[in-house]
Amino acid sequence: MLHAVILIPFLLAVLIPLVKRIPHLHAGWAVLPVPTLLFAYFLMKVPDIQAGEPTVATVSWMPSLGMDITLVLDGLSLVFALLITGMGALVVLYSIYYLDKRMESIRNFYMYLLMFMGAMLGVVLSDNLMVLYGFWELTSITSFLLIAFWHRRERSRYGALKSMLITVFGGLAMFAGFNLLYVMSGTYSIREIIVQAGQLSAEPMFLPAMLLILLGAFTKSAQFPFHIWLPDAMEAPTPVSAYLHSATMVKAGLYLVARLTPVFAGNLEWFWLVSLVGLVTLLYGSFKAIKQTDLKAMLAFSTVSQLGLIMCLLGLGSAAAFFSGTEESVFYSMATAAAVFHLINHAVFKGTLFMVVGIVDHETNTRDLRKLGGLMSLMPVTFSVALIGAFSMAGLPPFSGFLSKEMFFTAVMDIRQLDIWSTQSWLVLIPVIAWIASVFTFVYSMILVFKTFTGKLQPEKLDKVPHEAPRGLLFSPVLLVSLAVFFAFFPDLLSSSLIEPAVASIQYGLLPPEKSLHVPIHFWHGWTPEIFMTLGVIAAGMLLYRGYGRLRILDREWSGRDSLNRMYDLGLRALEGGSARITNLYMTGSNRNYLLYIFGFFIIALGSTLLGAQGITLGMKDYAPISIYEVAVVAVMLVAAIAVLFAKSRVNAILFTGAVGYMVTLLFVIFRAPDLALTQMIVETVSVILFLLCFKYLPKLKQEKEKEKASFKWLNLILAAGVGLTMTLVALAAMGSSPFAPISEFFLNESYSLAGGKNVVNVILVDFRGFDTLFEIMVLGVASLGIYGLVNLRMEPGAIQVKKSKPAAYWFPLRSNDVILRTMSKGIVLIILTFSLYLFFAGHNHPGGGFIGALMTSAGLILMAISLGIEPVRKFLPVNYRILTAVGLLIAILTAAGSFAFGAPFLSHSFGHFDLPLLGDTELATAVLFDLGVYLAVVGVTMNIIFTIGGDE
Amino acid sequence: MEWMMAVAVGILFTVGVYLILSKTLLRIVLGTSLLTHGVHLLLLTMAGLKKGAAPVLGNEAEAYADPLPQALILTSIVISFGVTAFFFVLAYRAYQAHGTDDMDSVREEEQ
Repeated sequence: MLHAVILIPFLLAVLIPLVKRIPHLHAGWAVLPVPTLLFAYFLMKVPDIQAGEPTVATVSWMPSLGMDITLVLDGLSLVFALLITGMGALVVLYSIYYLDKRMESIRNFYMYLLMFMGAMLGVVLSDNLMVLYGFWELTSITSFLLIAFWHRRERSRYGALKSMLITVFGGLAMFAGFNLLYVMSGTYSIREIIVQAGQLSAEPMFLPAMLLILLGAFTKSAQFPFHIWLPDAMEAPTPVSAYLHSATMVKAGLYLVARLTPVFAGNLEWFWLVSLVGLVTLLYGSFKAIKQTDLKAMLAFSTVSQLGLIMCLLGLGSAAAFFSGTEESVFYSMATAAAVFHLINHAVFKGTLFMVVGIVDHETNTRDLRKLGGLMSLMPVTFSVALIGAFSMAGLPPFSGFLSKEMFFTAVMDIRQLDIWSTQSWLVLIPVIAWIASVFTFVYSMILVFKTFTGKLQPEKLDKVPHEAPRGLLFSPVLLVSLAVFFAFFPDLLSSSLIEPAVASIQYGLLPPEKSLHVPIHFWHGWTPEIFMTLGVIAAGMLLYRGYGRLRILDREWSGRDSLNRMYDLGLRALEGGSARITNLYMTGSNRNYLLYIFGFFIIALGSTLLGAQGITLGMKDYAPISIYEVAVVAVMLVAAIAVLFAKSRVNAILFTGAVGYMVTLLFVIFRAPDLALTQMIVETVSVILFLLCFKYLPKLKQEKEKEKASFKWLNLILAAGVGLTMTLVALAAMGSSPFAPISEFFLNESYSLAGGKNVVNVILVDFRGFDTLFEIMVLGVASLGIYGLVNLRMEPGAIQVKKSKPAAYWFPLRSNDVILRTMSKGIVLIILTFSLYLFFAGHNHPGGGFIGALMTSAGLILMAISLGIEPVRKFLPVNYRILTAVGLLIAILTAAGSFAFGAPFLSHSFGHFDLPLLGDTELATAVLFDLGVYLAVVGVTMNIIFTIGGDE
Repeated sequence: MEWMMAVAVGILFTVGVYLILSKTLLRIVLGTSLLTHGVHLLLLTMAGLKKGAAPVLGNEAEAYADPLPQALILTSIVISFGVTAFFFVLAYRAYQAHGTDDMDSVREEEQ
């Protein structure tokens, strides 16, 4: 069931595009049931968790690596799961009224949101660290997508990239930390690692692992100095800010710290790092928040500060580990309880405030404090909600934020009693800093609500006349804020159902076993120091709030680029510039340079290996005798090849290359390869025609200006000679030794008995290695389509259109005027076509086959086109050659797949002998059918290429 | 024979690589063509030359030439035909678009 919980959001995300088919439905309504039902599911789990029975579900994933997807729902996970699903439901509901359903990308929005929800549930439920890491990064990616939701805005893209870079950087560090943990403990399971926690702390890699993991947690939870991504993430739509960037995703770091507390707590470094980073973040965030004039930026810094507060509490709570199993551990665990309580409260009041800011933005089109004011009378409900939310954030009674703030004060006061390192005098600073930060918190909370809603309305600065928000938009914030009131009056309900189980799982094994944890939360403790601290906060805060106006911060243009952000920007630019410079050093865009690298490497790597391995053994084998004819053929071939280098015109170069090809054909004959000779001959002919066709269009004899410098030529020559020499060495080495028996004996022995064919080459092509052939004709098809696309691609910028049908009076460009050729060719073409059919059918037992037959057919058709023009060929064979290619491919694939019908593997062939009328005993093989596919595909490809090029004016 | 073929293969490669390294599109395409010939002959030479009859059974020969390199080469010939044709059309279109077949000029125009 737990696995389904994670899967359901992903499944729905896949289905969301289908909502398009339902008219007038806001995609949000289709999404809403998922988080609602999941929330209900998790609520029903509360009694089990309260009774101390975590839900565990395991699915085997990679058992060989000891990787299982084990999901555990315990007290801590439950709090987060309820936050994720509960806030998720409210945010989706809110977004339905916030986002216009006509917006094209709205389905993307919900897809990302659902994916995030699933990933985040995965983070908090996974027991396996690797699985947790995967989901962790997935939340970063979905967050990236959501921040960049309005991707046309430059700021959105900037913010999205920034958040991604920072959180993924931390994520990778964390990944390394997880692997260190694995190396030390031999398991990725968090629960098993916790069991070994005692031995782990002695390992040398324990501290690095801790630091790396904390880096992940701090970046994700926007702790100082990694917080800089969170204010920029505010470019996301407000529902996203409310959901990801205040209630859930940014708390993943807190979750991780809490989850791994049983592993790391009891270490000095852990205690100080977590507490102090949290404390600094708390102070810094609250101070920065006061200076903001954008409401969302203010909330962002407020979130940074509050996350710091919770982080600090988790750190203080880890002090319990120093007193494992004693009364004192309970004493310090209260900080952890405060952390969990404040975590819930923060989601409640910050979610409310984000939604309120969204409403203000929606109704006034601005979030700038300098333009806002006096909205109270126009938007009374929104105002009331904002007031309660802000008071709860400021820690004022009678709202739930007050209770957790009091517990925070208790925790920072209590920590002074920690006397294990004789650092008490320094510990005094903690409550002082906490108190100052609380004053700042008070001030920005007041600014947020009173600067917006009281004072003078400035209608001239607003684009539109503000109204109270529609009910749908108000529903979620009102519900949330009533929770803030409800929790304040019935804190014990929350305490016993969620907080105590959560603390029990964070402080796992640290509490005395006989004593069950009890977290009492009361409004009134009597005249304790905490009350005086709160009163002091109010008094100082009031003063600061009054004086704040004189600081003229509101008059100042918000420049917003503090030094940390500048460092980030500069660092990023330096990295990008540096890598671009290094890349440009060798990626010059010149083809020749790349080839120089490739060939140079080739010579060095292969040549030196060959020489070094002494692989060249000469004269060890009986070489074949040489006859004078062979020498002549090779000599002609080489002369022709070298002549290409010195050819003064294109046509000559092409003809010399053709000559090389024909000499190779002769060599194939000499070397007993009739199939190759046939193929090479036809291919060479068709190629030469093709070359001439293409270069007919180039200016007649534009002097090929080889204006290259001598050094250029010499370098080329050296490199070319190096490659040639290396290849000669390769050839000699290959001949000199054959460490393995050749596998061709198998083909020769089994060709007839297994495949019923006597032409072994053809049998290999269509049967033994049929897969190669199948892919080969696919490659050919792709090449021919590419040629068709290239030729018909119009070069007008931006417009790609395929040419319309060609004019009827259209002649093949190479059409001959030779009367003799025209007369003769009619007969010759028929002979060639007949011969090609013979080649095709004979192929299985004699030289020939699909390839050769097809090439021969094409050659005949081309000859016809040359002598008569394209139109007669079109009339003679009214075929669309692209469709012919497709038909050929289809036949080949179907034949290959046909063997499935007989329960045989792909491309199994069968053959038999049949007594057919007229033909007598005939051997039929399914391989012939496959060869037919090859035949048709190759004819289609060749003719498509030739006609496409020939047909282009 | 094998010796001669090994040298011939080397020369074909030399010419092919030299052509590929030049600046003219046509020479580059022709270079790939010559390179392909070199590869085919190399494959054939590696298997040993003239070691028997053509690999068509039933010729009542004692030995047959190795059919496997032949099958490989057959595939390669047809593929290289497709590739060469594609190269050519690419060169031809590049010439149409840029009015030159000099690689450096094409690159300058692209930038």
